[in-house]
Amino acid sequence: MAISVDGSEVNHDMLAKAGYTFTFLSDPNAEVIRRYDLLHAGAGASGQDISRPAEFLLDANGVVRWVNLTENYWVRARPEQILEASRLLQ
Amino acid sequence: MNIRRFNWHIWAGFLLSIIAFVSYVLFFVNFPITRDVPWANLILFMIAAWLLFVGIRRAFAPDRSRLAKIGSSVLAVLGVVLIGFFIFMTFIMARWLPASEGAPRVGNRAPDFTLPDANGKTTSLAELLATPINVSSTAKPRGVLLVFYRGYW
Repeated sequence: MAISVDGSEVNHDMLAKAGYTFTFLSDPNAEVIRRYDLLHAGAGASGQDISRPAEFLLDANGVVRWVNLTENYWVRARPEQILEASRLLQ
Repeated sequence: MNIRRFNWHIWAGFLLSIIAFVSYVLFFVNFPITRDVPWANLILFMIAAWLLFVGIRRAFAPDRSRLAKIGSSVLAVLGVVLIGFFIFMTFIMARWLPASEGAPRVGNRAPDFTLPDANGKTTSLAELLATPINVSSTAKPRGVLLVFYRGYW
């Protein structure tokens, strides 16, 4: 599942356009983003507060088993990294 | 203008530096292999820099007008500025990220939260961890992948 600061309608259109079916949550006031200490203040295109890119793999109990906090925002977790990490859940 | 006198190197170098810049954001960024390290764009920039260099040398030949010298210099400077900005953007600016020292670490329980999904339906992390992935199964998911995006699509 994913989270960004965009509103539900923006996410709805984006998911439809991209053909994604995973859950996409909307955190317009960056409350959860702050709780996870991921706030990138003023980094939006017009100076809005947004999330830094981050990926967490949680097990069935909600415990973090793998984290990826990129050092360069052009570089994100690759699908094969996440598939590799998902072996930790078996 | 006589076609033989046309300084195509300088124009090609300038155009290629624009293409090298724009193609990263519009195209190469879609593929991890050309995104994580922008080698394809750096190669394009190197060719652009060589074309600009040759163009400048031609423009500063003794038989060239002052206008050709000034115009070529402007294009070359713009091209070099683009190269510099690209390197700044991909290697320096992209690393200006918060430290996130308080982010959940391996072994921590991820804080629960409740947020609206794309249809406006309220969803919590606890629900996602408890809800079977598809209707045909009753098994709980083995886990959840939580991805934070910068947003502003």
